[in-house]
Amino acid sequence: MNKKKTLGLSVYIIFLLLPIYWLLMMSFKSNSEILGGLSFWPDTFTFDNYMTIFTDPTWYTGYLNSIYYVALNMIITLTVALPAAYAFSRYNFMGDKHLFFWLLTNRMSPPAVFLLPFFQLYSSVGLFDTHIGVALAHCLFNVPLAVWILEGFMSGVPREIDETAYIDGYTFPKFFAKIFLPLIRSGIGVTAFFIFMFSWVELLLARTLTSVDAKPIAAVMTRTVSASGIDWGVLAAAGVLTILPGVVVIWFVRNHVAKGFALGRV
Amino acid sequence: MEWMAWTTPSALFFVGIGCIILTMVCWEIVSPTVASKGFLPIITTRGDRIFISLLSAAFIHLGFIGLTMLPLSVPLTIAIIWLFIVMKWG
Amino acid sequence: MKKTKSNKAWFLVLPVFILVAFSAIVPLMTVVNYSIQDIFGATRYFVGVEWYREILNNSRLQDSLVRQFVFSGSVLLIEVPLGIAVALMMPKAGKWSVVTLLVLALPLLVPLNVVGTIWQIFGRADIGLFGWGLNALGMDYNYAANPMDAWFTVLLMDVWHWTSLIALLCYSGLRAIPDAYYQAASIDRASNWAVFRYIQLPKLKSVLLIGVLLRFMDSFMIYTEPFVLTGGGPGNSTTFLSQALTKMAVGQFDIGPAGAFSIIYFLIILLVSWLFYTAMTHGDSK
Repeated sequence: MNKKKTLGLSVYIIFLLLPIYWLLMMSFKSNSEILGGLSFWPDTFTFDNYMTIFTDPTWYTGYLNSIYYVALNMIITLTVALPAAYAFSRYNFMGDKHLFFWLLTNRMSPPAVFLLPFFQLYSSVGLFDTHIGVALAHCLFNVPLAVWILEGFMSGVPREIDETAYIDGYTFPKFFAKIFLPLIRSGIGVTAFFIFMFSWVELLLARTLTSVDAKPIAAVMTRTVSASGIDWGVLAAAGVLTILPGVVVIWFVRNHVAKGFALGRV
Repeated sequence: MEWMAWTTPSALFFVGIGCIILTMVCWEIVSPTVASKGFLPIITTRGDRIFISLLSAAFIHLGFIGLTMLPLSVPLTIAIIWLFIVMKWG
Repeated sequence: MKKTKSNKAWFLVLPVFILVAFSAIVPLMTVVNYSIQDIFGATRYFVGVEWYREILNNSRLQDSLVRQFVFSGSVLLIEVPLGIAVALMMPKAGKWSVVTLLVLALPLLVPLNVVGTIWQIFGRADIGLFGWGLNALGMDYNYAANPMDAWFTVLLMDVWHWTSLIALLCYSGLRAIPDAYYQAASIDRASNWAVFRYIQLPKLKSVLLIGVLLRFMDSFMIYTEPFVLTGGGPGNSTTFLSQALTKMAVGQFDIGPAGAFSIIYFLIILLVSWLFYTAMTHGDSK
């Protein structure tokens, strides 16, 4: 039985990793070798594709822009979502269920629906082509998701802890920062992971709301593709570099994620 | 506000929605809702019922617009009657 | 757990409300305004519900709606059982469980357009292993020319990308089952199937609903991956709703019809997410 499980899992993992391996391997090949034929390993190992990206400002600023607005988005989202999730997990208030549902619908509605007015709205308030603008736009789907996940974790913390703290003379902000947040550390880790993921992978809004100054790497990639044929090597290298930040993030939160998943709450 | 391209009918529509929400809030303050089971398959509060009726009103309108050439007053009347039925017996 | 009744909690929620309302309500109102007018630059005419009538009777858009439902349905049919199976196969504890978790999470962190790029390369017959392999096996596979192949590739790409999400959610659900349940089952000599059917599946219900909801909604708004992979073709065979809408709004700049299309799209989403949400919350309260 256990052997069968391991086998099945291995097959699935190979299925997951093979396309990524292919991309990685291609990023070390020159274009002529890529188009020359199929091989599992580069004949001549070259870093030219990566050099192109690191020396050309349109490429590397794309990365900096993406990282910058994703970080902003994480900060904003966590700041507003933590108290809100606490309110949802601890209190009944007027319209709470409807408010919660309304928040969720924003996670569910396609960005394409709001594309044109988004452009108009953000231009009219001067947020077009700024990092903070993209970060705010991504809050539309990340804040509801963060509230949803955090609410699940917070409901798992017994109420007695709150009550004891208040009896001991803690004020709400002090209790929240000193006692409550450390208790749900794993939950915050998992939430941060999901916020990062959805903001990092999103393209449609980020591309529409930027032109030059805050252009994300994903948009740089699509435009380069359409410009002058396809430079497969550089494209593959750029792809590999967009996966790296995700790997770094997941490495940092790995224990929280494992524990958060193990707690049975997502 | 020019880019929002307001028209009188759409402005009236949103004022109407706003009024409905406001009325619901006031009603809630005066007499808090009690969740109850009516002909709908789930237990609903007053807020749920108004949402259900508004959403179905939207689909009633879409159905009439898509399938028939009848004037809008027909689906509007049906939607309003439906709203009262759901609010009363939902 | 009993919750305290207090309307002061609104103050804690207010920042979220304002932030989301800014990006949600103003654009929604604007789309409604667009949808009932004919707009060319600065001039605009009131046209009533004409655009709605046109969109609802547009056969190309009806096709993409059907295509969308078929796609989202297939995604769920493949990813949910596969995700559960993977979750059941994952090691329960120890170093390997962390490693598998990390590997499974990897595809989730690949940007949507890079997912498209990866499969664009991987599926090509000349430079991609997958396309080359299928052709070597004697299949005439070409996702850029054959609609069936394009469909298959888009679907496979989505399975590759998102099955992990279901697997991770189910894994977390399985971890929440106390060991005592399994011990009781082994005393009763319950078969593996019985353990799954009567112990594991019921516990998975709530996480599965979240997973199904997320997967349905995200596949329902899929845009970037097919856009990069096939550009919606060959023909219109992989043009899903979001792409049809974006083409109309940004490509042809038909603001009025695009507005009406958006509202209809939004209403469908609203209905489906309400049904799921109701199923979820009422399932919990029982």
